[in-house]
Amino acid sequence: MSETAAVGAHAHGAHAEHHELGFIRTYVFSTDHKMIGRQFLFMGLFMMILGGLLALLVRWQLAWPESEVPFTQWIPEPHMYAGHMDAAAYNSFFTMHATIMIFFVVMPILVGAFGNFLIPLMIGTRDMAFPLLNMLSFWIALFSGFIMLAGFCIPGETHAASGWTAYSPLAAVPAFTGVNAGQNLWCISLIVLGISSLMGSINYITTIINMRAPGMGFFRLPLTIWALFIVAILLLLALPVLTGALAMLLFDRMAGTSFFQPAGGGEPLLWQHLFWFFGHPEVYILILPAMGIASDILSVFSRKPIFGYRAMAFSMIGIAFLSWIVWGHHMFQSGMNPALGTTFMISTMVIAVPSAIKTFNWLGTLWGGNIIFSVPMLNALAFVSMFVIGGLSGIYMASTPVDIFIHDTYFIVAHIHYVVFGGSVFGIFAAVYFWFPKMFGRMMNETLGKIHFWPTFLAFNGTFFPMHILGIGGHMRRIYNPLQYDFLKPMQPINVFITVSALCLGVAQIPFVINFFWSLFAGKKATINPWNANTLEWDAPSPPPHGNFGEIPTVYRGPYEYSSPLVPEDFLPQSRKLAPEVSARASH
Amino acid sequence: MMSWLPENISTYGGQIDHLFYLIYYLTSVTFILVAGCMIAFLVMYRHSDGRRATYTHGNTTLEIIWTIVPALILIMLGFMSKARWEEIKSPAHMPPPDLYVRVTAKQFNWEIRYPGPDGKFDTDDDLQVDNDLHVPLNKVVRVILRSKDVIHSFFVPQMRLKQDAVPGRDIQVWFQATKAGQYEIPCAELCGFGHSGMKGALFVQTKDDYDQWVKEQWPAPAAAPAAAAAQAPVAEARG
Ligand code: HEM
Ligand SMILES: [Cu+2]
Ligand SMILES: [Cu+2]
Repeated sequence: MSETAAVGAHAHGAHAEHHELGFIRTYVFSTDHKMIGRQFLFMGLFMMILGGLLALLVRWQLAWPESEVPFTQWIPEPHMYAGHMDAAAYNSFFTMHATIMIFFVVMPILVGAFGNFLIPLMIGTRDMAFPLLNMLSFWIALFSGFIMLAGFCIPGETHAASGWTAYSPLAAVPAFTGVNAGQNLWCISLIVLGISSLMGSINYITTIINMRAPGMGFFRLPLTIWALFIVAILLLLALPVLTGALAMLLFDRMAGTSFFQPAGGGEPLLWQHLFWFFGHPEVYILILPAMGIASDILSVFSRKPIFGYRAMAFSMIGIAFLSWIVWGHHMFQSGMNPALGTTFMISTMVIAVPSAIKTFNWLGTLWGGNIIFSVPMLNALAFVSMFVIGGLSGIYMASTPVDIFIHDTYFIVAHIHYVVFGGSVFGIFAAVYFWFPKMFGRMMNETLGKIHFWPTFLAFNGTFFPMHILGIGGHMRRIYNPLQYDFLKPMQPINVFITVSALCLGVAQIPFVINFFWSLFAGKKATINPWNANTLEWDAPSPPPHGNFGEIPTVYRGPYEYSSPLVPEDFLPQSRKLAPEVSARASH
Repeated sequence: MMSWLPENISTYGGQIDHLFYLIYYLTSVTFILVAGCMIAFLVMYRHSDGRRATYTHGNTTLEIIWTIVPALILIMLGFMSKARWEEIKSPAHMPPPDLYVRVTAKQFNWEIRYPGPDGKFDTDDDLQVDNDLHVPLNKVVRVILRSKDVIHSFFVPQMRLKQDAVPGRDIQVWFQATKAGQYEIPCAELCGFGHSGMKGALFVQTKDDYDQWVKEQWPAPAAAPAAAAAQAPVAEARG
C-alpha cells in the first residue's frame, strides 16, 4: 500500500517540475485533483439550476393547480401541454427534481468537488493516489449526467416517473407508469454514476490512508477530511447495493425477470429493503461532508479550537456505523413485520444521539469565541440551526405510531429539505464562499454574499417550514392536485404561501450567480491565507499550482489551534514549527 | 400548530396524538434552548478587536451529560412508542373484530368487498363496490388489505391510520370509529399517473343507519354481517 503512495507522490513530484501542460490536459482531460474538483463544481452548479427550476414547476402546480405555468409554452408535449402539465408529467418532474438534486448536485459538489479539491491539500500531498482514475471518475459522472438528461428527450413519453425511490412493481413494469425508455435510462444513468462514485471513493480512502504529510496523524486531520473519509467508506459499501438493485430492476423491466413482482414469484418489499439499505447511508453521505465543513468554518471564524474534536470524529464514525442498521425506519408502513418496526425504531432513536452530540459541540465551539460574521460563517451558522430543525423533526418519524400518521405527508418533505437544503446546500454555500479564494485565486464579494445569504435564509424557511403544518394536516406528498381532496382545501392558502416563498428563494440565488462569475474574473486577488486559517491548504499558493506545495509541509499539531496562548497571533498553522521548548508544551 | 391535526375519530388516535404532542413539546423546548444559546453566544461573543477567544478543547463532563440526557429521552420515547405501535399494527395484539372488510387497491380505485351475511369472503352473498366503505360506529373493523398491481397506501387521516397495500400480501389493519360521518380515503403511496385523486369514501354510520344500509344491500336474509363475522376468514400472516 505505502509503495503505491510513494510511487504516486514521486511520479508527481517529478512531473510537476518538468513541463507545462497544454490547454486540453490542463482544463479538459486533467488529472489534477484541483481541476477535477472544479469540474465537479461546475457540473453540480449547472444541475442545481435545472433541479431548482423543476422544483418551481412542481410548486406552481401545487399552488395554482388549474392555471397555466408562466414561461413554459415552449416546453413540448408530453412534458407540458401548452403551459399546463398533466399528472404524469408532474410525477416525472418531482422524480427528476429529487434525482437531480441528490445525485447530480449535492453528491458531485460536496463529495466530488470539495472532496477532490480539499483532500490532497488538507492532508498535505501533491495529488490523489490514482490521478488517472480520478479523471475517469469525473468523465464517467458527466457521461452519466448526459444519460440522465437524455431521458427528457424521448419522443412521446416523460422522464422517469416513479419517484426517486422507484418503488417496485410501479417502477418495474413500464405499463404501470407509462414510461419505458425514460425509466430505463434513469436506471442506467444511476448504475454508471455508481461506477464513478466507486472510483472516487477508492481514491479518497487510499489517499487519506497512505499519503498524509509527515506528522499528519489521524487525529490531526481536519474534520472535513474525517467526514470525507467516512463518506468514502459509506459510498464504497452502499453504492454496490444500489447498483445491484438497479440491475435487478432493469432486468425486470427489460429481460422478463421478476425479482420485484409477485406475479412471477418476486417480492415487492425486496426492492425497498435494498433501496433503503443504500438510501439511509446515502442521507448521511449527503450531510456528513457538510458537517465537517461547518465544523472547520465555525472554528476559523470563532477563532477557537473546535469543542470536543475527538467526540466530533467519533460521533461521525458512530453515525456511519449505525446508519447500516436503521434503513427499516423508511418501511414502518410498508407491510414489513411490525416486530421489526420496533427494532428499527430503537436503533433510529439511538442514531439521533451522535447528531445531538455534534450540535452541542458546535454550540460549545461558539461559546467564548471571537465571532466574525463573514459570509462563509453565516452559511455555516445557517447549516447548524437548520440541521437542528431537520434533526428534531426526524424524531416524529422515528416514533412508529406518530409515523403512521405523518409518513408520506408533507411533513416528510419538510424534513428532507431541512436536512438536504438547510444542511447540505447551506454547507455547499459555506464551502464555496470559504474556499473560493483557494480554488480560483480571487475573493468573492462580501456584500453580494450577504445579499445572497439573508434572502435565501428567510425564503428557505418561508418555503419549507409551513410544509410541516401541511403534513400535520395530513397533506399527502406526491399529489398532483390538492384541490381534489375536501379535507385539504382549507390548507390551500399555505400551499400558495409556500410557492411564493419558493419563487423568492429562486430569485435569491441570482446574487450568488452574479457574485460567482464576477469574482471569478474580476474579484479581488486572494492572498495565500485570507481567513488566517490553520489547515494545510492555506500553505499553498492561491490557486495552488500543479503539485500544490513547493515543499511538502510537515505537520506539528492539530488543525484547530486558534487563540493559542503559545503565540501572539490568534492562529497557529499546522505546519508552523515553534521553538523546541514551546512545542514541547504544545504537544498535549 | 396543535390545531392543525385533523379531527381524531378513532379509539387509538388519541394516543397517537398524545405521543405527537409529547414529541412536539420535547422538540420545541430543545429547539428553543439550542437556538436561544446560539443567538446569545452570537451576540455575546461577536468579534471585538483586542479580545481573545477562550482557548479550550472541550469539557468531558459536559460532553458526557449531553450524550446521556438525549439518549435517555430518546430511549424513553422508544419504549412509549412500542406499546402503541403493537396495539395498532401487530396482529397478535389487535382486539377481536366485529366485522371484516377486504380492501383491494388497484390503479386507481379501492375495491371494497363485504363478506355478506355468511361472514365469509368469496361466496355468493359478497358485495363488492368501488370506493365506498361503510362501517358501523363504535365497532372494531378489521380491514384485509390487498393490491392488484402496484403498492398503494390506505390512509384515513381522521382515523390516524395508514398502511401500504402490497401486491402478493394480505395485510390486516383495524380501527374503531368514534364519530359518525363521511371521510376521505386517499392513497398515500405514489401509484402512477392517477395517484392524485385516487380516493375512497368512508361512511361511519350509527347503528340504525348501518342496519338500514345492510338491509338495502342484503334484503333477503335478515342476519347482519356483523353478527357472523366472528368467524375469521383465512388470511395469510404477514411478515
Ligand atoms: C428551491 C428549492 C427547492 C424547492 C422549492 C423544492 C421543492 C420540492 C417539492 C415541492 C417536493 C415535493 C414533491 C412532492 O412530494 O410532491 C420536493 C421533493 C424533494 N426534494 Fe426538493 N426542493 C428544493 C430543493 C431541493 C434540494 C436542494 C434537494 C437536495 C437534495 C431536494 C431534494 C428533494 C427530495 C429528495 C425530494 C423527495 C421527492 C419525492 O417525494 O420523491 N430538493 N422538493
Ligand atoms: Cu433513513
Ligand atoms: Cu394508489
